[in-house]
Amino acid sequence: MINQFAVTMRKESEYAVIYTDGYINNLGGEKIAEVANTLIGDGIYKLVLNLEKSTVVNSIGISILIEIIEKLQETNGKLVFCGLTKTIAKTFTIMGLTQFAAISDTEELAIQGL
Amino acid sequence: MINRPGTAEFPHEISLTIPIVPNIEVAATQTAEAVAGFMEFDREQIDEVKHALIEACINAFEHSNSNENKVYIRFIMKHEDLTVIIQDFGQGFDVESVEKPNIESKFGNSYKRGWGLMLIESLMDSVTITSSPAGTVITMTKLRVRSSKNENGAKEVSSD
Repeated sequence: MINQFAVTMRKESEYAVIYTDGYINNLGGEKIAEVANTLIGDGIYKLVLNLEKSTVVNSIGISILIEIIEKLQETNGKLVFCGLTKTIAKTFTIMGLTQFAAISDTEELAIQGL
Repeated sequence: MINRPGTAEFPHEISLTIPIVPNIEVAATQTAEAVAGFMEFDREQIDEVKHALIEACINAFEHSNSNENKVYIRFIMKHEDLTVIIQDFGQGFDVESVEKPNIESKFGNSYKRGWGLMLIESLMDSVTITSSPAGTVITMTKLRVRSSKNENGAKEVSSD
């Protein structure tokens, strides 16, 4: 089918990295939120979202990412993005997401920035 | 015969009709990728056209209430730019009433959407939107010469 989306994660003691693969639309965003909410429920409040394998997003998917950022703010948590295409980074900047969630070039730098 | 950019045969035009079906906007972006690639746009320009097209399609899908359930897309290739026209024959909307979203107002607000038109205008070099009860037409253009907008909306043009 035209939209195949996968989300995986790597959980460490104090943080987790969420990996996406595919188009981040409403369904993709909801799958990311599902994983993030489970992690937050488990007491993991520092998250890296690695979008290296997601080159296309839409504003509905991004709106769900805003919900995740909001939820992390309530728990003094933090979200850092990495692996963004230039256009996705530009889109996040235009929307103002970068005021609340940093963008790092690499996953390693993103983890350091948590 | 199709001519490469820079020859005298422009403009070329490609028309695409897509049904209003979830995720079919991705198919439209594949055409956008091919067209913009043919015009030798760089990777970032191609992605910007694709993202803007996605938002325009979603806008039509969600708000047109079109009885015929179709969106019409035209790619017009010229020497200096690519124009993409997205048209539906739905109910239209009041363009003037669309508020510019800001991130601060989205926190604590259950409605976090409403970014589409702003993104289209930010990612493309020029955009016009006309809407009436007979439908909506979004006409958006990307220059072949790189032009970017800074955060204040001012344009910076380079000729790389």
